[in-house]
Amino acid sequence: MFSRAYRAAITIPPLAWVALFLLTPYALMFCYSFWSVSPDQNVVHQWNLANYSELAGKSVYHETLLRSMWIAARVTFFALALAYPLAYYLSFRAGTRKELFYQLVIIPLWVSYLVRAYAWKTILGSDGVLNTLLQYVHVTKHPLEFLLYSPFAVVLTLTHIYTPFAFLPIYASLEHIPRNLIEASQDLGASPAQTFWRVILPLSIPGVLAGATFAFVLSLGDFLAPVLLGGPSGIMISNIVVSLFGAAYNWPLGAAISLCMLLLVVSLLFLAERLEKKWSFS
Amino acid sequence: MPPRRIRTDSRWLTFHAFFVFAFLYLPILVLIVYSFNGQGVGGFPPRNLTLDWYRTLFADGAIWDSVLNSLLVAFAAMLISLALGIPAALALDRAQFPGKALFRRLVLLPLILPGIITGLSLLMLFRQADMKLSLATIVLGHGTALISVATTEVFAGLQKLDRAQEEASLDLGATYWQTFWRITVPNLRLSIIGAALLIFTLSMDEIAVSFFLIGRDNTLPLEIWGRLRRGITPEINAISTIIFLFSIIAIVLWYRLRTRTDGRTEIAAELVESKA
Repeated sequence: MFSRAYRAAITIPPLAWVALFLLTPYALMFCYSFWSVSPDQNVVHQWNLANYSELAGKSVYHETLLRSMWIAARVTFFALALAYPLAYYLSFRAGTRKELFYQLVIIPLWVSYLVRAYAWKTILGSDGVLNTLLQYVHVTKHPLEFLLYSPFAVVLTLTHIYTPFAFLPIYASLEHIPRNLIEASQDLGASPAQTFWRVILPLSIPGVLAGATFAFVLSLGDFLAPVLLGGPSGIMISNIVVSLFGAAYNWPLGAAISLCMLLLVVSLLFLAERLEKKWSFS
Repeated sequence: MPPRRIRTDSRWLTFHAFFVFAFLYLPILVLIVYSFNGQGVGGFPPRNLTLDWYRTLFADGAIWDSVLNSLLVAFAAMLISLALGIPAALALDRAQFPGKALFRRLVLLPLILPGIITGLSLLMLFRQADMKLSLATIVLGHGTALISVATTEVFAGLQKLDRAQEEASLDLGATYWQTFWRITVPNLRLSIIGAALLIFTLSMDEIAVSFFLIGRDNTLPLEIWGRLRRGITPEINAISTIIFLFSIIAIVLWYRLRTRTDGRTEIAAELVESKA
């Protein structure tokens, strides 16, 4: 029913835009990662593998990447542990308060990321709200220093930020479970625990995978929370990239790290999609 | 099944839900309370409640300049994302072309990609094209990244659209252009308004992409970021509290709009069913 001209009109502009502003930049990132910087700090368009051999050779990059992945893994774990039971409660037990509770989960998403990270900083600092409260009620005599400027603070803050992101797909997948499947399971004599483990959980796996991917990937690439709350022991891989594009001025090396991150993220997305297909209910 | 078991389950789940809500809202509550605290950020209990920080805030020209910049950027980014996201959704829905699967993935990628990658790759593009960084480069960055939001929202709307109306319009002699503006867009208006609101708020809060594309003029998040690095004052709490209130108003408005219209479509659907 749609003419060729119509189809060209809806296809060509977005296609051209995406080619110019998404595909070309990624391709440039790829090119940069094989270039180098001259001693007078100019980018030299000379193709070589020096950036990658530096990445492979220096342990600081491996350690920081591993630390970032470990932080992201903990964030993912805690976000799922908080979000799944909450989504289950809303979907199966909240009754008429379901809509209200759903809105309550969404609202924090509208509070600026930066502002929430900042709020945690004011809570966790050595003269922050938590420490002064603890001293006020005489639980501690001196401020607890480990609260702020530690990986703990980064994990806590990122968990706070990404829990609603993990919640949304899990809740959607629980809501889509046909309720008669649960009745059937109960009618056939399954206990509530069996119904959960053998019917509800497997059917919600795609939602869990989507939520986990969101939490893991977005916290892996974060560079603001580590600066605000992480201290020297909470530095993540993106912080290295930021410094390479800033003060350290080595764009090609920064591009090489970014490209590795991009490949890591894309392969994770691919893996999640494969797993989701395997678990999806049809 | 034994009823007692369910009660313990429910009690545990209720307690967990309460705990998660406390975790989600505690920092926001602290933020708001300390915007009135005369003693500065932190320190328990809050003392000398005051509106001074709001007075400082309203007299602070740099903050309001950045608010204006953010509003401009968000509005322009919204126009770009919609202008490309609506056709992109239409193309995914009703056109066949080579590389369609790749196109879909590329459009949606910035939604899940850490902002640093989108920001840096565009920075390299602008450097290569010798473009000076300014609010315009931020607009291009946000516009490009948020096409993903417009596309997903409008594509979802298209799945519910009754194509017979467009067909009828074309059969009755309307051009594609007329059909688009008089049939397609009005039918998709809910998805489009939803996408526009979402893009606007996401752009207002965006920092990772803007961080790399910033010129001389700051957006609000970058202005706040700069101040956080210099030391923290409750002025930040005050501006955050105000933004939070505006967000709540926006959500309530959007929610009312949606339930009203959804209600109408539901009633219509029921009428059709009862007649069939």
